[in-house]
Amino acid sequence: MKLIYFAWVRERIGISEEDVELPGDVKTAGDLLAWLRERGDGYAEALQNPKVIRVAINQEHVDHREPIAGAREIALFPPMTGG
Amino acid sequence: MTDACVIRVAVQSAAYDTAAEIDAAKAAGGNVGAVVTFSGVCRDESGRLAALELEHYPGMAEGEIRRIAAQAAERWPVTSLTVIHRHGKLRPGEEIVLVVAASIHRQAAFEAASFLMDFLKTSAPFWKKEHLADGTSGAWVEAKDADDDAAARW
Repeated sequence: MKLIYFAWVRERIGISEEDVELPGDVKTAGDLLAWLRERGDGYAEALQNPKVIRVAINQEHVDHREPIAGAREIALFPPMTGG
Repeated sequence: MTDACVIRVAVQSAAYDTAAEIDAAKAAGGNVGAVVTFSGVCRDESGRLAALELEHYPGMAEGEIRRIAAQAAERWPVTSLTVIHRHGKLRPGEEIVLVVAASIHRQAAFEAASFLMDFLKTSAPFWKKEHLADGTSGAWVEAKDADDDAAARW
């Protein structure tokens, strides 16, 4: 599964995207955040406050309860500040 | 609304020509009696900022703006909606975003432009990083609760 990171999530994790093999018990976007937090210090720092992390599956906003099965691309990023 | 609204969305690093976009809105068809434009401009924050760097999610940025524009077109009798959002490093005084809303009467154009900007701020995937006047890289701009409140009023 392709993961993409933006803004300070990208900076803290240290890469802009990666392909990962997820264990079967990672079923929702929230599960994914919890699993990623255990992958290293950068991930833990980026995702320490999961409530502020926004998730998009296949380029559409979802909430953290959304199932991730079958997703092509999951993006994690902070609240948006465009305009 | 019954007539089709012409929607144009662009996410680009290049500057745009607001007058040309207004002309295009007038020429896009429909009975145009009002054109409202909004321009978002990079501030210098009293001399503190050298630039803002705009990061975006390619593909989703265009998709979200188009989705918001389609909602506006459902809600108001607009003849055309144009949104151009820039990315990359922009200096104080440079324009970040342009919204052009055209309609038969002004009220729909004002409201559609305002709606578009309120939702663009809270759901289009763009992020601003500050570059400071002293040459150092500053913080990421934080999202404001006031922007969520502005979107919620619709």
